[in-house]
Parts: sequence; structure tokens; C-alpha cells
Amino acid sequence: MGNAIPHVRSAVGKIRGGVHVQHHKNTADQEIVRLPAPDKVVIPMQMNIGAPCAPIVNVGDTVSIGQVIGDTTAFVSTPVHASISGTVTAVGDITLANGVSSRAVTIESDGEMRLFEGLEPPKADTREELIAAVRASGLVGLGGAGFPSHVKLGFKPGTVDTLIVNAAECEPYITVDNRECIENSWDVLSGIQILKEILQIPRVVIAIEKNKPKAITILSSIASQIEKTKGEISVMQLRSVYPQGAEKVMIYSATGRRVPAGKLPSDVGCLVMNVASVAFIARYIKSGKPLVSRSLTVDGSAICTPQNVRVPIGMIIGDIIEHCGGFKVTPHKIITGGPMMGLAVISTDIPVMKQNNAILAFSKEDGLKKETDCINCGRCASACPMNLQASVIARLAKTGDAQALIRAGANVCMECGSCAFSCPAGRPLVQNMRLAKSIIREAAKSNG
Amino acid sequence: MVDNKLLTASASPHVRTRDTTRIIMLDVLIALTPSLIASVILFGLRSLAVTAVSIASCVLFEYLSRKAMRRANTIGDLSAAVTGMILAFNLPSTIPFWMVVFGAAIAIIVVKQMFGGIGQNFVNPALLARIVLMVSFPKAMLASWATPFAWRSDTPDAVTSATPLAILKTGEGTLPALLNMCFAKAGCLGEVCAAALLLGGVYLMIRRVISPIIPFCYIGTVGMCMLLYGFAQKENAFLFTAYELLSGGLMLGAFFMATDYATSPISSRGKVIFAVGCGLLTCLIRLFGNMNEGVSFSILLMNILVPHIERLTVPRPFGVEKEKKPRKDKKEVQPS
Ligand code: SF4
Ligand code: SF4
Repeated sequence: MGNAIPHVRSAVGKIRGGVHVQHHKNTADQEIVRLPAPDKVVIPMQMNIGAPCAPIVNVGDTVSIGQVIGDTTAFVSTPVHASISGTVTAVGDITLANGVSSRAVTIESDGEMRLFEGLEPPKADTREELIAAVRASGLVGLGGAGFPSHVKLGFKPGTVDTLIVNAAECEPYITVDNRECIENSWDVLSGIQILKEILQIPRVVIAIEKNKPKAITILSSIASQIEKTKGEISVMQLRSVYPQGAEKVMIYSATGRRVPAGKLPSDVGCLVMNVASVAFIARYIKSGKPLVSRSLTVDGSAICTPQNVRVPIGMIIGDIIEHCGGFKVTPHKIITGGPMMGLAVISTDIPVMKQNNAILAFSKEDGLKKETDCINCGRCASACPMNLQASVIARLAKTGDAQALIRAGANVCMECGSCAFSCPAGRPLVQNMRLAKSIIREAAKSNG
Repeated sequence: MVDNKLLTASASPHVRTRDTTRIIMLDVLIALTPSLIASVILFGLRSLAVTAVSIASCVLFEYLSRKAMRRANTIGDLSAAVTGMILAFNLPSTIPFWMVVFGAAIAIIVVKQMFGGIGQNFVNPALLARIVLMVSFPKAMLASWATPFAWRSDTPDAVTSATPLAILKTGEGTLPALLNMCFAKAGCLGEVCAAALLLGGVYLMIRRVISPIIPFCYIGTVGMCMLLYGFAQKENAFLFTAYELLSGGLMLGAFFMATDYATSPISSRGKVIFAVGCGLLTCLIRLFGNMNEGVSFSILLMNILVPHIERLTVPRPFGVEKEKKPRKDKKEVQPS
């Protein structure tokens, strides 16, 4: 079967700009290791874009894995589940990596890792049932943004013709999606089957960057083995360029369609789901076990033994780093998420959230770049996949002119950081973009 | 565990390109070096001395003016050294040193630092300094070119008033052979060896310090216009065009001065408009103006237009539709 590698499609659209970041995919061949149960977890009630949950357990309660401990009636939100079994020892406020304060439930382990008895496979035969099940599973986009997945699935029937399974993983260092493709390839495919069938999406594209040949080979060979959907599910190779995995970029690469500013992927007939989220849906439908753990890449110049680990949601990142041999040099910066879009944290005492896909720690040498004056070189503009002129918007933001900022397209910015990455003067362009957007928001508020 | 106080909280992205302003400027200096060497071969150590004086005084003025304005010292970014080198390239090798220092003062203090330093100036510092010098000291600037290789002959001080452009224009005197035009002609010390300038320009393009748009469109426009003019007016249009392209500061201007970041547009469309504008103006001045050389003035004029070009060529963001203005306006006229 030497030449039996099935057909892999190549990209349809070629996005402008983007940057070539060093990949550092050091852990690409490291199997995901399940860490032993921690003594305690701190589970934030706000782990998604949208409304936070309210804790529904009290100090002293005994909980077990998969039991709902926080919920809300808001649609754009997902319930939160206990990730270890044990006793609730605190319900209070903590500060998350992004500086936002959130309620959180602390659970001290009883060491048993007992599953909640009420867990059973959900009924998911219709669109409504599937959406309800996915909401109940607590799933948010596992690729980083943390958008509740069931909201995405609630598009108007018949409007979406392409499901794009995002396995681009364009951020440096992170390799858990790559591992997911390799280790749980059948889950990925059955997740696709479920979504495809119930949501009636005629075409599925699994989009992977070229630098993951193993994942490409495995998934395309499995896809071609499934007789029923032959020709309808295909693997697509994309250029390894950052930010290939950003939703709008991905849609353009995979289909050549441009999502209009301010619109959603479903407006151009696309649904984009992270590959780990798709595999999770398959497992959830089979077992009924909600989102209580996730895989992470732990890497960076300050980490002793970089590896991929599977940890309960809410595990303290300091504990995870301990398990990876601790620090080999004094860390100067610790990031949750990738180096391009992740958040720098000022304490190792914070919990892992559903959407975190990496913990990276760097020593001093990988430190900051000195900020100097803008030389108007235009590299930020050439790097921007959204065709924005970051230097111009930065200047406009200083004037506070909301109308000019809207005209310059500041709202289209996805904060991918390509501009700031390319800037020889080390300008804080992403911060300026956020400032620009907040000026626009404020102006809209005071007008309306 | 880790001392949390040592952790830095900064905004993403947490990785940055290795390129810095200094590296970019160093690349420009490297790209200019072949031309400097060519100039030393043609005009002797005097060119080296002029360049050294120019760079030294630019760096000194940068240091002093930043100090006087109580702002961070910026000589480390090498941009002053680049200005110094380009200024020197725009001067005849015979120029008195004090004029060089005067030019450097104009470039750095007046044009660059008084407008806020790097990236803020609206015209090219070296260019404006050259023009000020040209207007103030026409004789030293425009009428005493050293003859190439004279410094090695019996008449080391031989000067000529005829650059190839002057000969092209007036028809008096004999043009150097085309080969000499590529490698050795009379003129400002940096513009005399087209081949060396081209080499430097290609280096900058390979290093992605400059985009090819400006030099190509600029030189292309001049080439096209001269060809058209040549067909109408000259016996041998191609030869005429070749001379025009190789004459004066066109190569220097197109590769090293029109591409100056602060004074050229950042959008590709803007760059095209800017460069074609430079090309047209250069031709107009050379063919119909009463000056021989048009590169400096045309770049200067286009520099002034850059903010307008920028405003007109802001690219459309991804996913934003073209606005359909006219019709809507008509319909929405409201009775008052
Ligand atoms: S990349 Fe940096 S220096 Fe260059 S124009 Fe943009 S902000 Fe200015
Ligand atoms: S302006 Fe926004 S979208 Fe464009 S490169 Fe910068 S962060 Fe990315």
C-alpha cells in the first residue's frame, strides 16, 4: 500500500500577509500523558465568551467527576462540571489570566477520581437534541477563543454547506491538536460524521498546516476508508503561515470565501470547529462524560521536560509545571496559550481553563523587545491578513477619533499579532488595536 | 516555586521579529558601500573624506539635538549615519568640508529632529539638505565635478562642468561611452557608478528592506517617457533612453531616496502612484525645465504629496465591501 496515500487537497484561497514564525513544535512526537490526579482544582465559573455561570454547590458538598457545579440560563454560556471527585472547600472570587475576576469553586480531591453516577450518553438524534447535548457537555472552542460550541451549531438549517475542521495549529510550540489528530483520529472522524449527518452539512474539510505530515496522512487515510462519506470528507493541506488557523483566514484558505466584516462564518455557508472539539463531541455522545479535562502543551525555554499532558480543568498551572520537571531556569514570562495570542500571567497560581491549549514559560533571553519610534516602514501593514494599516490606526487611536478608526477598519482586527511581530521598532500595535476598538465601543455607547 | 514578582505581564504577541531599526539601517549602509568604493576609485580619497565628514556631523547633530530636546539618544539606530552617507552621495567630491557640515545640520536638525525624529519628517532630510546647498552654493554644487580618474593622472585637480546630463541637454561636448556611464561618469560622488548602485539596490530588495515597487515604477516610468520622447525627437531613441537612465542621480534616487520609509507611502498602490509621479516629474524637469537634474526636485515634490497619497490609497480591510456612494447620496437628500 506504499502509494495508497489518499488524495490530499490543497488550499483554495491564498490569504495576503501573515508571518513566518519559528514553529518550535518540539513536542510534536510526544504522546499526550495523563497526569495523576491533583490534590485540588480551582474551577472558574467564567471559562467561555459570554455569560458566567453561578456556582450551584456549597462549601462542604461532596462532588464527583462530571457533576454540574455551575450553570446559568443564559444561552451564550456553558455549564461547568467538577473535574475531580472530592469536597468543595471554597467558593469565592479569583483573578483569571486576563485580569478579569470570576467566581470559582475549589475542590479538594478524595483521591478516588470517582465518576458522577448520573452520567449517561445523551440523546442526540436531531439538531435540537445535539445542540442541547453539546451545551450540556460544557464544550467551548478548545482552540483558544473559548466560544461556546453549541452557539455555533445553532445556525439556520440549510445555510451551511461546509464544515471546516480546524487543525491548522498555527501558533508556535503548541502540538496538542496535532496529537489529537494522530492519537484520536477515529474520534475526529466520528465527530465529523455526527455533525455532518445531524446538521446536514454536505461537505467537510479537515484543514491542516503542511508542517504536520503525520496527521495529514493518518486522517486522510481514515477518511478514505469510510465508504459512506467517500468524497465528502477531505483533508486539505495549508501553507504553514501564521495566522492560518484564524477563523476568517481559515475559511478563505479552505473555500475562497470572504466573511464580510461584522458577519459570521455561517453567513458564507461555513462552520469552523476546532479538531479537538470535534473529537470531544464524538466521545461525549458515546460516553456522556462532559468536558472535565483537556490536553495541553507545556513547553518553552524555561521548562525542564517539555511535553503534552492531559489535565483536569482547574488544575493549578504551577502544579502542572512541577509535573513537567519544574523550571530549569528562572522563568521571566509565563504564557497561557500560544506566544502570538496567549496571555502572559503574573502568577503560577491560576487554574487551567477549558480553552487553554498551552502553558509556555520563557527565560530572560527570550524577553521583550525594546520599543523605539515607528519608522513608517510599512511592515505591519504588509503582515496584516486583514489588510489593515496598524501604524496608521495606532496614530489615529491617539487622536481618539472613533469615526476615523471605524473607517480605517479597526473593528476588523482579530488581534492576531502579526503586525506587532513584524515591527522592527517593537511597537505595541496589538495594544493600540485594543485601544482603538475600545474607543469605538465607547463612542457607540455614548451615541446610542 | 517561582518568584511571581519576576514575571512580566506584557501584551501579546510574546515573540517578535529579530529585525530592528538598527539592522535595517545597517543593511542600507551595507548596500551603499559598493558605491562608496566605486567613488573612491574614481575620485580618490577625497570622496571618502567627504563621506566621513558627512556621517560624523550627522551623527553628532543627531546626538546634540536629541540632547537639547531632552529626548532619548537615538544615534544607535544608525539612521543618522544613513542620512550622512546619502547626503555625501549627493555632493560633488570637490565640495568644501564646511558646506558638508552645513548640509548635515540642515538634514538632521531642521528636517529630521525638528519634526520629531525618525519616521516623522515629511521630506527626505538628505534631499532637502542637497537642495538647500544647491540653491545657496550653486557653483560648488553644480559646476565643479572632478573628472573621473583625474586624481591618478598628471592633472589631479581637473574639473569639468559637464555631467552627462548637461551634455545631453545642451548637446555641447561629447558623451562618455555607454560602458563608462555604467561604471564611471562625472557627477555627485555617490551617483557615478550605476552598477554599484544597482548592486546595493538588489541587496536591499533581497533583504526585503525595500520593496521593488518604487524603484521599478520610478525607473520604468522614466524609461518609458524617455523612449517616447526619443522616438519623437532623437535619432536613436534607445541610446538616448539608456543615457538618460544611467545619468544623474536616477539610480541613487530610485533605490535609496524615493524608498525612504518616512517619506514614501506604505500601501502598494500608494507606492505605485508615488513612484510614477517621481518618474513623470523627473522627465518633465529633465526635458523641459531649465535644470539638468530632476531627481531631487521630483522626489521632494512627491514627498510633500505623500500624506495625500496615503489617504487616498488606504487599502480596503478584509471583508469590507466597496462603498457605493454616489447613488445613495442623491436619494438621501432631505427637504429642508
Ligand atoms: S512595522 Fe512598526 S515601525 Fe514599521 S510602520 Fe509599522 S509600526 Fe511603524
Ligand atoms: S492589525 Fe489586527 S488583524 Fe492585522 S495583523 Fe495586527 S493584530 Fe492581526
